[in-house]
Amino acid sequence: MSYLEEGWTLKSWLTSTDHKRIAILYAASITFFFFIGGVAATLIRMELVTPQGDLVSHATYNRLFTAHGIIMVWLFLIPSIPSVMGNFLLPLMIGARDLAYPRLNLLSWYLYVLGGVIILVALALGGVDTGWTFYTPYSTMFSNSWVSVTLLGVFVTGFSSIVTGLNFIVTVHAHRTHGMGWFKLPLFVWAIYATSIILVLATPVLAITTLLVIAERLLHVGIFDPAHGGDPLLFQHLFWFYSHPAVYIMILPAMGVASEIIPCFARQRVFGYRFMAYAILGIASIGFLVWGHHMFVSGQSVAASMTFSLLSFIVAIPSAIKVFNWTATLYKGSIRFDAPMLYALGFVGLFMFGGLSGLVLASLSLDVHLTDTYFVVSHFHYIMVGGSVMAYFGALHFWWPKVTGRMFSDLWGRIAAVMIFLGFNFTFFPQYLLGIEGMPRRYHAYPPEFQVLHMLSSAGAVVLAIGYLLPVIYLAASLKSGARAPANPWDAKGLEWTVPSPPPTHNFDTPPAVPERVYDYDPRKPRESMA
Amino acid sequence: MSAASHASLAPPRGVPPTMGMWVFIGSEVLFFGALLAAYGVARLHWPHGFGAASRHTDVVLGTLNTAVLLTSSAVIAFAAACGEQPQQRHRVARLLWVTAALGCVFMGIKGWEYVKDFREHLWPGPGFAVQEPGAELFFMLYFFMTALHAFHLLCGIVTVAVFARGSARRRPWASPTRIEAVALYWHFVDIVWIFLYPFLYLVERHS
Repeated sequence: MSYLEEGWTLKSWLTSTDHKRIAILYAASITFFFFIGGVAATLIRMELVTPQGDLVSHATYNRLFTAHGIIMVWLFLIPSIPSVMGNFLLPLMIGARDLAYPRLNLLSWYLYVLGGVIILVALALGGVDTGWTFYTPYSTMFSNSWVSVTLLGVFVTGFSSIVTGLNFIVTVHAHRTHGMGWFKLPLFVWAIYATSIILVLATPVLAITTLLVIAERLLHVGIFDPAHGGDPLLFQHLFWFYSHPAVYIMILPAMGVASEIIPCFARQRVFGYRFMAYAILGIASIGFLVWGHHMFVSGQSVAASMTFSLLSFIVAIPSAIKVFNWTATLYKGSIRFDAPMLYALGFVGLFMFGGLSGLVLASLSLDVHLTDTYFVVSHFHYIMVGGSVMAYFGALHFWWPKVTGRMFSDLWGRIAAVMIFLGFNFTFFPQYLLGIEGMPRRYHAYPPEFQVLHMLSSAGAVVLAIGYLLPVIYLAASLKSGARAPANPWDAKGLEWTVPSPPPTHNFDTPPAVPERVYDYDPRKPRESMA
Repeated sequence: MSAASHASLAPPRGVPPTMGMWVFIGSEVLFFGALLAAYGVARLHWPHGFGAASRHTDVVLGTLNTAVLLTSSAVIAFAAACGEQPQQRHRVARLLWVTAALGCVFMGIKGWEYVKDFREHLWPGPGFAVQEPGAELFFMLYFFMTALHAFHLLCGIVTVAVFARGSARRRPWASPTRIEAVALYWHFVDIVWIFLYPFLYLVERHS
């Protein structure tokens, strides 16, 4: 009996400690928030079609981009691959029955939902206008919006992250099946492990920062207020000390996904497996040392800026190693362009492009010109949307048969992947150009000479939105009318493919045998079972 | 490996059964670490303000509290050590009750200190007593950090009390491994205080 048939009532879902069910709870919740964040983005792009601020007032516009950022970062991206795919796949990939602390896992979902509800309440009450970055002294002393309630929601959601990370770390250390040494682990597990370390170490700093801002707002005493001896810049240091590693929380799991999909559809072992694993650890550790690159124009010393600039260049190296290795994995492979592969390839290309623009921003002199412009907006959307969201969709498609036991329409899968890729580039490439020409971010009115690029971007957003809606339709349709999936429809390697689709509740009937080599693909052998 | 063993299909690895608590403590180190970093920045900026403010803290009560907490750590360490033998469960329960009681003594002294501070106009806000710039910031951090510490201590007291009862009644969930995890948490709360005490009470005390 599969885990899906274990119980049909709502209560069986809401009280389940099965990691697979909790993964689906997370999937449903983050999808819900994704669409709310998407509505905010839609309104933003509609406003920006014309140079005048004519769709919404500036106050509303501030609330829109703030809501978009808060929801997309904390309620969608941070939990997405770790809490959905990580929850579902981690025990399966290492041959375990569940995570180390299943009840803690369920608690993490409830904490996430509670935090999300608090944030939605704050939005319904009127929202926040500080930007998702909550810079002081505006957020502490001058904003008349629902800052404290929103930050309380962020605080609660943060504990969901910490608890999830804790669970994953202990699981990887303690519950690998016999024979599953560290260097036999799938790279997705390495990625989730490194992400979990960041979750556990970085999120507490955000938690304290939110409490300090709330304390200053409510009690009018503060560490960020010069009148009381404080320093507003301290907020930026504390905030970015978390928020830079946070972007690695968002990208490392995506890299793990790419490392699972690409070998399967190129039928080749990952090139440089050990370097890929070390690169993951390198990104996670060096990522803690670069936060000051968000503060180049804040007034910090040139010495500090130069140090952070250098370290930001250094952190790009392991990322580049990974891009090279994915490319090398393709070389002389036997490549098939199924839907998951299209997403994974799109991820590699768009992530690389976004990463290169990151190097531009890491250059001090260029950043002085580009900071707070659309160049930055484009950079992080290339990485987070072109990178993380594409990888999330790739993962969704790759493991959909395993999770649901159904095959989806590969034709529509490919159509959607191409639409998303094209729509994404149409939306965000013009934004690089806008940024170089000086269009500031967070402005809803702009000089008329920027209109053409903004219109292109908004038109692209329409294509992108359709691209995102298509999977909702054909994936949902697959649940009813999709072909029943075999255990291993892609002929992939990895322990999760050795159990039925969908898996039984206890995952493995007997402890699985770990193959001699991980990613034991051979391009000369044809794929065994076809979808 | 009691709580987690059901997830394994293989023999347990060389991982301490209290690993989950260690990871949690790791996150808590960053939690308090962020505040200590903020304190460090502020103190570098206002060395005399911090010194002047620190001299207004009650070093007698602070030292007494330090002794109370260190003793409680010793007591819970004994409890965890005794926890290995099932026939010692009543002794374990008694030791855990003593630990919780000492924690309550700490909270009582801290509460009394807060009242005293209020009477001496040391709570930040209008009417703050110490004129030196940076002194008010010191007390803002003082109250924030000690309140956060007290909250953690309160959670510890409740947990220790629950395990004291569970141990006395021979409950299976009050296992030696879990008592060891609780003891680890208690030691961590103690170590946080060991940092807070000199940073808050002993700044420029010589003058």
